[in-house]
Amino acid sequence: MAEKLLKMEGISKAFPGVQALSNVLFDLNKGEVHALLGENGAGKSTLMKILTGIYQRDSGTIIYQGNEIEIADTKEAQQLGISIIHQELNLARDLTVAQNIFIGREPKSGFRLFLNEKELNLMTQELFDRLNIRLNPGELVEDLSVAKQQMVEIAKALSFESKILIMDEPTAALTDSEIDSLFTIIRNLRSDGVGIIYISHRMEELKRIADRATVMRDGTYIGTVNMREITIDQIISMMVGRQIYQNQRPEIKNRRIEKVLEVKSLNRGSTIKDVSFDLHQGEILGFAGLMGAGRTEVARAIFGADPLESGDIYIRGKKVRVKEPLDAVNNGIGYLSEDRKQFGLMLEMDIKANIAIASMNGFVQTGWLNKLNINKQASKMVDALKIKTPSIHQLVKNLSGGNQQKVVIGKWLTRDSDILIFDEPTRGIDIGAKDEIYKLLNELAAQGKSIIMISSELPEILRMSHRVIVMCEGRITGELINDEKISQELIMTLATKRIG
Amino acid sequence: METQGPQLIPNDKKKIHLKSNAIQQFLAFGSLIILIIFFSIASPNFFQFNNIIGILLSTSVIGILALGATFIIITSGIDLSVGTVMTLCSVMTGVFITSMGLPIIVGVLGGILTGATAGAIAGIAIAKFRIPPFIATLAMMMIAKGLALVISGAAPIYFTSYEAFTEIAMGSIIPGIEIPNAILIFFGMAVIGGIILNKTIIGRFTFAIGSNEEATRLSGVNVNKWKIIIYSIAGIFTGIGGIVMAARLNSAQPALGQGYELEAIAAVVIGGTSLSGGKGTILGTVIGALIMSVLTNGLRILSVPQEWQTVVVGAVILFAVYTDVIRNKKAN
Repeated sequence: MAEKLLKMEGISKAFPGVQALSNVLFDLNKGEVHALLGENGAGKSTLMKILTGIYQRDSGTIIYQGNEIEIADTKEAQQLGISIIHQELNLARDLTVAQNIFIGREPKSGFRLFLNEKELNLMTQELFDRLNIRLNPGELVEDLSVAKQQMVEIAKALSFESKILIMDEPTAALTDSEIDSLFTIIRNLRSDGVGIIYISHRMEELKRIADRATVMRDGTYIGTVNMREITIDQIISMMVGRQIYQNQRPEIKNRRIEKVLEVKSLNRGSTIKDVSFDLHQGEILGFAGLMGAGRTEVARAIFGADPLESGDIYIRGKKVRVKEPLDAVNNGIGYLSEDRKQFGLMLEMDIKANIAIASMNGFVQTGWLNKLNINKQASKMVDALKIKTPSIHQLVKNLSGGNQQKVVIGKWLTRDSDILIFDEPTRGIDIGAKDEIYKLLNELAAQGKSIIMISSELPEILRMSHRVIVMCEGRITGELINDEKISQELIMTLATKRIG
Repeated sequence: METQGPQLIPNDKKKIHLKSNAIQQFLAFGSLIILIIFFSIASPNFFQFNNIIGILLSTSVIGILALGATFIIITSGIDLSVGTVMTLCSVMTGVFITSMGLPIIVGVLGGILTGATAGAIAGIAIAKFRIPPFIATLAMMMIAKGLALVISGAAPIYFTSYEAFTEIAMGSIIPGIEIPNAILIFFGMAVIGGIILNKTIIGRFTFAIGSNEEATRLSGVNVNKWKIIIYSIAGIFTGIGGIVMAARLNSAQPALGQGYELEAIAAVVIGGTSLSGGKGTILGTVIGALIMSVLTNGLRILSVPQEWQTVVVGAVILFAVYTDVIRNKKAN
């Protein structure tokens, strides 16, 4: 029987309006790699944030090395020997490897005033020797490859004498050979008795590295399994569950297939690889995939927000050059960003200004704003989209998420855009408002608008889309008609399918 | 959020917001009134027609520069070049009129065009070449300073034989009342600035860019083009400031001007325009500029040494920006 390092029991956590975790169970042995699995929003990161002291649990117990503990903040977690390596690297690029690892803990000399750089590099070298990492302590972090930067993060985490190391999607940015060397380090740590919590969406690599896996769904504990005794398909069905959702699949029959948008061989660095697809008139085309699959990047590239390396875009059969968002807007494309506060709205301005901003030329007579027309249009949109607000003069920041989203929709409807790209249209919106947004999307499609809908929620994809495109790591890995044969499992399998 | 109860929240928030906005508006105006009342009581010489005219006259140039700066600061940019560009504009006008013998009106337009050009160049550097506004306009400040000295041969250019030119600032277009034109130009420009900012597409995009530049770009707005236009408009204000300056002094003084940009920025900030962009009013800037000159004038009448006047103005800037910080905190 392996030695228990950690046992979390009955962990619950609520945020305003959401029960993020309810009664979750998790345990970790010494010298074990334990995978933590679940779809986006399953509660994995909330659980890990509780373990690392970022959040406080509402109820439940944490037993660590046989003692019940409280973890008040991240510093305390570090002192206990619980470290996390986030998906995004948190290194100071202009400092050296050694300076990064011992940041805040620098050895000093001469009345504790002066930095002892020599001692610092020596300490780092000792650490590297112990971990079997080959890196030069004096090298600048910005000169290192992503894989090596990750090793710096690992070394930094372990320099705290960590007994538990949490790794969040550690291989997301690595090549195959880099993954191999990462796994070698992980195996060394495992034989040294470190407990590793490994979060990843890549099923085939879990088979290689993980001993056990715990699956979560919708904030609840689903089960813990031995990796040797289970197939990837079984894990996926644990992750997506057998929930029967109300199938409101939109009608597909009797639709004329008229290509509104054709995208051919888009490429952009490592984020978009040879992406081609068509969008039909009056269609909702779902884009499914995991976070970082490249869906947002494709949307931004079509919209001209980021430059393309290669590829062609045709609108209604005509080749168009989209270098700037202005070009896309002039061609009838509207983009609703996943981050509407940062990219979609001017929060400090009112509803009418936000609705008019994409169509200012239509509201101008020889340089003068026609405020009457702006007000009329804004009122029309508030009525048509049922935006809940005391008036069109309300500042957008005072609206709820759902109503803010409607303002962005109103902006593009005012512009008469007929190709609408919705990136996570219901993110951060409560359930009642979600239904209204869904209804709106269906109405828009019925009116002949063509819609691309990016969503990380599979039930949303299945409920709304006529067709579904699945992406993984910058590539399209599947294109499916939303009929009886489609399933969350099928999409999930395609979304985790790595190609070269 | 769509039911009756929570819907009240946005309503309440709006009230609070309006209140804090109104407070800020009245704070600047109230401070100005309080200052005027205070100095009127403290010294009988303060609230005299001639002194008030003097205050307004000394506000005019800084005020005109500050009007242009208001546009730029609302876009969340900054313009450090207005002081020396103003000087360059005076010098160019001097060269056009005195050396080249062009008609006064052509010289004036040439001066204004100089300002617009300098603004456009700074705007292109910022929008197209992605040079941060602070650096681009710092460079423009030095370029303009150098050019003014080179073109004038580092000597003042006098308009002594062109009386009509001096009339631009010191004459009085309204018969019977001795209000120098410089003051009328300042208020006239303020009205024009207010109209551009509130009634035209330029003003709308000024606020939009300052409020959220990326969202504006993603709405299909040619942000680069509008930034260049906005900096050019600020340059036109600077040019007009330069003409008024030269007409007041009856000469173009090539060594003058540096430091005016900071006073202009101070006036804008005291007037409640946020350096983080997206917020600001022309009226606020006018009040801000007036607060600065009332303060300097009043303290001088009370025989406070000039060194201490500067200290007080500095303290006022701190106070003004602090109220802005508090306002933002409350709004969030």
